[in-house]
Amino acid sequence: MRPEDIAGLIKERFPAEVRDIREFRRQVSVIVRKGRIKEIMRYLHETPELCFDYLEDLCGVDYLGKKEPRFEVVYHLYSMKHRHAIRIKAEVPEVDCSIDSVVEVWKGANWHERECYDMFGIKFNGHPDMRRILMPEDWEGHPLRKDYPLKSDLGEVEWKGFKEVIELAEKNKVYEIR
Amino acid sequence: MAVATKQLQTKELTISMGPQHPATHGVLRLVLDLDGETVVKCTPYVGYLHRGVEKLAENRTYLSAIPLTDRLDYISSMANNVGYCLAVERLFGIEAPERAKYIRTIVFEMARISSHILWLATHALDIGAMTVFLYSFREREWLLDLFEMLCGARLTTSYPRIGGVRNDVSQEFLDSLYRFTEEFPRRIEEYATLIDQNRIWLKRTKGIGVISAEEAINWGLTGPTLRGSGVPYDVRKYAPYDAYDKVEFDVPVGKNGDVYDRYRCRMEELRQSNRIIRQCIKKLPVGPVMTPDAPKFTLPSKDRILKEMEAMIHHFVLITKGPIAAPAGEIYSAVEAPKGELGFYLVSDGTGRPYRMRVRAPSFVHASVLPRLCEGSLVADVIANIGTIDIVLGECDR
Repeated sequence: MRPEDIAGLIKERFPAEVRDIREFRRQVSVIVRKGRIKEIMRYLHETPELCFDYLEDLCGVDYLGKKEPRFEVVYHLYSMKHRHAIRIKAEVPEVDCSIDSVVEVWKGANWHERECYDMFGIKFNGHPDMRRILMPEDWEGHPLRKDYPLKSDLGEVEWKGFKEVIELAEKNKVYEIR
Repeated sequence: MAVATKQLQTKELTISMGPQHPATHGVLRLVLDLDGETVVKCTPYVGYLHRGVEKLAENRTYLSAIPLTDRLDYISSMANNVGYCLAVERLFGIEAPERAKYIRTIVFEMARISSHILWLATHALDIGAMTVFLYSFREREWLLDLFEMLCGARLTTSYPRIGGVRNDVSQEFLDSLYRFTEEFPRRIEEYATLIDQNRIWLKRTKGIGVISAEEAINWGLTGPTLRGSGVPYDVRKYAPYDAYDKVEFDVPVGKNGDVYDRYRCRMEELRQSNRIIRQCIKKLPVGPVMTPDAPKFTLPSKDRILKEMEAMIHHFVLITKGPIAAPAGEIYSAVEAPKGELGFYLVSDGTGRPYRMRVRAPSFVHASVLPRLCEGSLVADVIANIGTIDIVLGECDR
């Protein structure tokens, strides 16, 4: 099926949810509201003539200052059976920064969603294990947000946590077996 | 006897495997809850190699982000370079000339062979077949020497460019590579005689880490890890790029979806890659290796900069401002990297730098399936499972 036809089907099935349909270089994006995202995904996964059995990718994009709502969660779907693809983009605002998880539809979404939370701070409701994945557990901030600095503002000054890390390492050198 | 059993404890034991462990192929940490020898729960921890490649790329020009892609899957950096350049080309709407496409296909398959034989070497070593390791590094060395001859680097190649490749291949390179392709099928048989029918190998791999086709697709597995379960999904066939639609090759698939079938798939892929390289060398067309649009994207050669005014201006503009502004839009472009589907999602806001670059890393997805494969199996099989999904943590953590 051609991507524009798939987009048409989604629009027909969820007229209130679809905000826009865009095409660029023969790839079609369907921009939707986040409210019924799980329902839309389940529809795409389970309808026989669509059969999007493979979630290629899931990621976030931050459009700070470029548009409202600020974030987008981008799903790239592919059907191994019919060999067609579609891109779904769900809009997520900065306040109430959350969206429903699609882990129940595709198990492969698990780590992608965790990474999206780690990097953008978008919470996924109903995710079985919503923790950071790439950054340390006690990390502050979400690195891929546009207002997160690329470089530290400390300059030549030593990071204050460094001393603590050294002390901890010294302390743990002598450990006892319990 | 009664006294002895009283003192024995049967509670569950939690052990931390890694981050420094020879069998984890990098810095992967698994927390295993064990009931005797059986894994009850397996929790992977990744991110030890996180360098923020996606964040860094947002602050670089399209051209200067190429070296970042070397450091994703560092044992097949050519494949990443080609994947990235293709994505940018599709964003700009340009195409590499025929000769460059063939050269890229050659280096891509060389990367696949060198990645697969490194996988074979370490996977066999983990399971206990030491000799394979020594044999396969002999061939890998030959390929790395060829990369060095081509572009001066053995691992961090940065050889493909947006709109072509950096320099043409020499006759010496092609001759040596052709000799390699004549020799290599015999070498594959050598590896196969060591382990193919080896009883210990069969015991350690058959029926281990089984995953069904539907489940593998649902988890998002790709590459040989998916094809071992019998799904013939291969980006080279499903959405051909470069010269893959002009060469003949088969996509091997397994049946049972266990460690052994995935091993057979990768072994067969070695032969197919060899076949592709031979065809490409024979068909290699003459012509330029960069698109005529090249001055807008890629640095001119150093001797031209010293002699020609125009080349110097191009150099200056490219370094300071970056390539011409990309059209605003977004593109997802995937290639069949040795590990699986490597995708680049580029969002452009109409400037010379990517607004967002997302790397869909196959290793990241494959690592997430580890709990599914390991839970309920023995500790020894965890090692076989890590090997069979073929992960590189540089790519997983990005």
